[in-house]
Amino acid sequence: MSSAEKARPAKPHEMSSSWYEASARQRVDFVLDAGSFQEFLGPEMREVSPHLRVFDLPEQFDDGIIIGRGLLAGSPVFIAAQEGRFMGGAFGEVHGAKLTGLLRAARDAKSIPLLILFDTGGVRLQEANAGELAIAEIMRAVVEARTAGVKIIGLIGGRAGCYGGGGLTAGCCSALVVSEQGRIAVSGPEVIETNRGIEEFDSRDRALVWRTMGGKHRHLIGAADVFVDDTAKAFRDAALALVQTVAALTLETLLNEQVRLEKRLQSFGASGDALDIWKAIGVPEAASVPGMPTEKFVSLADKLRSTHHDAR
Amino acid sequence: MEDLTFHHKTNRRASGDRRLAIVGVVASGNLEVLAERVLPDNHCQVEIRTAAEGFREVWTAVIDDFVERYAPGGLKLSINDGGARPDTVMLRLAQAVSVMEEQQ
Repeated sequence: MSSAEKARPAKPHEMSSSWYEASARQRVDFVLDAGSFQEFLGPEMREVSPHLRVFDLPEQFDDGIIIGRGLLAGSPVFIAAQEGRFMGGAFGEVHGAKLTGLLRAARDAKSIPLLILFDTGGVRLQEANAGELAIAEIMRAVVEARTAGVKIIGLIGGRAGCYGGGGLTAGCCSALVVSEQGRIAVSGPEVIETNRGIEEFDSRDRALVWRTMGGKHRHLIGAADVFVDDTAKAFRDAALALVQTVAALTLETLLNEQVRLEKRLQSFGASGDALDIWKAIGVPEAASVPGMPTEKFVSLADKLRSTHHDAR
Repeated sequence: MEDLTFHHKTNRRASGDRRLAIVGVVASGNLEVLAERVLPDNHCQVEIRTAAEGFREVWTAVIDDFVERYAPGGLKLSINDGGARPDTVMLRLAQAVSVMEEQQ
């Protein structure tokens, strides 16, 4: 038994729970050692959005994001979790400021890793300018914290996926964990279809959406470092492994990342479908990937994918 | 949006020693309840902000029933409502009381 499992009472029913189905608060409990979570600006502080009232919309006491600190296998971590069911987990002014503040605290503490449990459709359109500014501040704060030596791990497997400014922020993290249900992109399926037409992207074609934005594809092309089952234990174990292994951000890391992305564009820029990319990287039966069980997929991906790199 | 506040006298203190509980999420047909142990033992206050206007009578009936069943003395319950049905409201209120009863 690992030290991680010893650090918390056994709760097998909880550890096999679905990450996708869980609330943000349940996910925080899944990841951290039992009873170790200390929330910052909790719901009793009532730091709600100043904008929603103008639109006659209901507020949530935590503005859809939980921030705080706790222990992961006995070691301190900062943690942020978005609630995907409140306004699609979208970033507003307060929601964003809470994450920015946490990232700055991590930057100043230097050695404590930070976990972001993404579950977001992007910026909250009712507070668009404030939300867009929040994303800019968050991305800057991510880079500042990483430069100061903080490992920032994104966990993606919620019902809202990780879209818009969430997708951009995820791209700035030290490493990402994703499940099959997790989707990572900037523009969502409906947005692409609305702007570019159904010929460009049919948002109702669920198989197309999943093989373009879903966890398996993101893992295969190197955007997400670890692919996991949709369970509490799988996400916790992956987060624990990554906080112990991820390298610090240096100029060399960024240069390597630039090279990696250029190569990716060169190799796959002309591909019309994820299936073409999978064939190109040597997946024997590309069409079988979406239905492949996790264990088989992970062993296939380990042989093929191009994420064994120093970039990020 | 409509704001509603209800004050009740209760015949006993809500059990447990937790100071705070939060249950539920503000989404369509759902609500969140924030429970705080901040009032005298024989008082209960329920503050509601709801997106569905014009249902004061239904809220009054649900809160009356809740206070009678659970006697949540000492609790201030604050609700952000996304248009939940009365049965969902009762369920969340009961959940909040149940979490407050847990020993810390």
